[in-house]
Amino acid sequence: MALDENSHELRSSKPPWRLGMLLTKPFARIGRSTISWVSNLGASAIFFMLAFLKILHPKQWSKIIQQIYYIGARSTMIILLVSLFTGMVLGLQSYTALVKFGAQGALGTLVALTLVRELGPVLTAIMIAARAGSAIAAEIGIQRISEQIDALDTMRIDPLRYLISPRIVASIISFPILTAVFDIVGIIGGYISGVLLLGANAGTYVYRVQTSMDMKDVTDGFIKSIVFAFIVSTVCCYQGYFAHMRTDSHGAKAVGLSTTSAVVISCVLILVSDYVVTSLLIRG
Amino acid sequence: MDTPLIEFKDVTKRFGSRTILERINLKIYEGQVTTIIGLSGSGKSVLLKHIIGLIKPDEGSILFQGEPLLKMRKSERMAKLAQISYMFQDNALFDSMTVFENIALPLLETTSLGKTEIASRVMARIEQTELEDAAHKYPSELSGGMQKRAALARALVTDPRIVLFDEPTSGQDPVRKNAILSMIAQYQRKFGFTAIMVSHEIPDVYFISNRILALYNRTIVFQGSPEELENFDHPFKDEVIRSLEGLQQELTGMYSKRQFKVMHHAQLTQRTRGETYSMVVFTLDDSDAIMTSSSHEAAKRTIQSMGKYIDKHFGAIGGFSTRRQTNQFVTVLPYSDLTEAENILNDFAHDFQELGMKDGYEGPERRKTSGGCIELLIRAGIALGQPIAEVESVIDAAESNQKEIARLRCDVRG
Repeated sequence: MALDENSHELRSSKPPWRLGMLLTKPFARIGRSTISWVSNLGASAIFFMLAFLKILHPKQWSKIIQQIYYIGARSTMIILLVSLFTGMVLGLQSYTALVKFGAQGALGTLVALTLVRELGPVLTAIMIAARAGSAIAAEIGIQRISEQIDALDTMRIDPLRYLISPRIVASIISFPILTAVFDIVGIIGGYISGVLLLGANAGTYVYRVQTSMDMKDVTDGFIKSIVFAFIVSTVCCYQGYFAHMRTDSHGAKAVGLSTTSAVVISCVLILVSDYVVTSLLIRG
Repeated sequence: MDTPLIEFKDVTKRFGSRTILERINLKIYEGQVTTIIGLSGSGKSVLLKHIIGLIKPDEGSILFQGEPLLKMRKSERMAKLAQISYMFQDNALFDSMTVFENIALPLLETTSLGKTEIASRVMARIEQTELEDAAHKYPSELSGGMQKRAALARALVTDPRIVLFDEPTSGQDPVRKNAILSMIAQYQRKFGFTAIMVSHEIPDVYFISNRILALYNRTIVFQGSPEELENFDHPFKDEVIRSLEGLQQELTGMYSKRQFKVMHHAQLTQRTRGETYSMVVFTLDDSDAIMTSSSHEAAKRTIQSMGKYIDKHFGAIGGFSTRRQTNQFVTVLPYSDLTEAENILNDFAHDFQELGMKDGYEGPERRKTSGGCIELLIRAGIALGQPIAEVESVIDAAESNQKEIARLRCDVRG
């Protein structure tokens, strides 16, 4: 009986190590998340390298052209729309601010440099991630859970070569072209709001656009768009390809979550890498 | 026996702390249909995925023609594995591609054949699997049976030496189950590949399998012919086979082979010497022609109809029947002599010719849709058996007495 009472006491009292565990739990969670994040980053890099090495396979070209159509050509409309209104808003806001300082002549410079250096590559990448990136993640995810990727393996068709590599190449080709489209249409949008609607001088606007930009601004913008292409295509393909490995869900739900993750991670990485690349290019 | 085409030696596979396969030893021989049976979730598909290299064993080795796969050079191993095709349980057809594109995919991606050659090979497989009308449709537009045929055509288009079938009849109704199993048996004979099938369709798979492998409690507990499995004394028999095997077959309404043997033993071997019984053996002839020239559906409906009419005529006087092979039925008439058996057989033949075959065959309608012509020939033979005689010898005697009792050709007049 005495032993029973003692054992009850032992059970009800909180051992000192439990308090320590409670205190260290948040750190452990942060540690686990960091390890998982770093290992995913490493796996994505290996995934990208393995797929990238297969781009020169002779049977790739038709698939690359097909993917340029899906990722690039079919994103053109949304890019035109977004870039036009981005340019118009930029023109509107900039003109209103510049008028206060009597510097409305600098409108063309402000709109062109903002678009070519920053907004063009970033917004283009985010729009493609939202439109084509989500579709890539969902399509590959469904192919994974319905055993279509396993079927490729059994047919001795390398899934990385067949599914991933063409999408990466198509992104690398499409992103700079769509960025260029975004820049041009955005500048036109700035012209519409600043010149046609608010009355800024047309000649000054066009002259400022021409003279304020040099080739480095254009190439820097393109470098960014290529970096974003690598990020968006790798993240979206990776999320879809490993949809079945998710620990938080299975089946269709896993595909849905992978698609969401693909877009969110892509957007975050676009903004983070934009800062990193910009700081490197400015130093360079 | 020859060197096995594929051999597992002490193969063990674990997923985390769970052991799925434990010291698996099995042999698969060339040119045979080998079926792996076991309950759902017992690791049959995992075992199959080891053969094609989708999963690697944690312990043990897999031998291909006597050589361990994992010790081969990569190119050699890939060449060996390239001889294997896999038909997935849920078909795994690419839903954004048409049937034609699905079947052409392995040729387009893994060979250097020209487009014309690929198209002709694909069309040949499409014709052989009777998918001409579905060639340019998407998988979602096809019925389950047609999707199975499309998956089979894709698996066969590379002329594989080995085809693995992962539960090819899952989710199908009894008629389609039999149609798919008959289709596999038919194409296996036609193309000569080695078929390895995972299934729990007992006893249906007995009809088409040369060898049965029984997976139970993570290991192979039986390897041998379906007949040998009947005499196998193991808890597997009680826990798995009898739970999977229905009392009567779903398609024909007849007894299973094992039940038939039990009834034969119970009703006949206890009799006194000198008492006799009659045995009738029915064979549906030219079934190969049926399978290839027209639809499996029509053949299966005929088999279903035969089961119904045999039961109607012979069941009424205490007879019991089983389906012995894909196209053969056996009926025992325990209380009838030869004359009575012949009279009943004549009644059956008349009734079946008039009504039964119409149930399974729509004559000119079928011809219009398929473009082929079905011919059915049913032969039947009677033999007298004695309780002491082996059932197989009585069946052989009845088989040797077979003569034509019904025939139907398609009506070309439309």
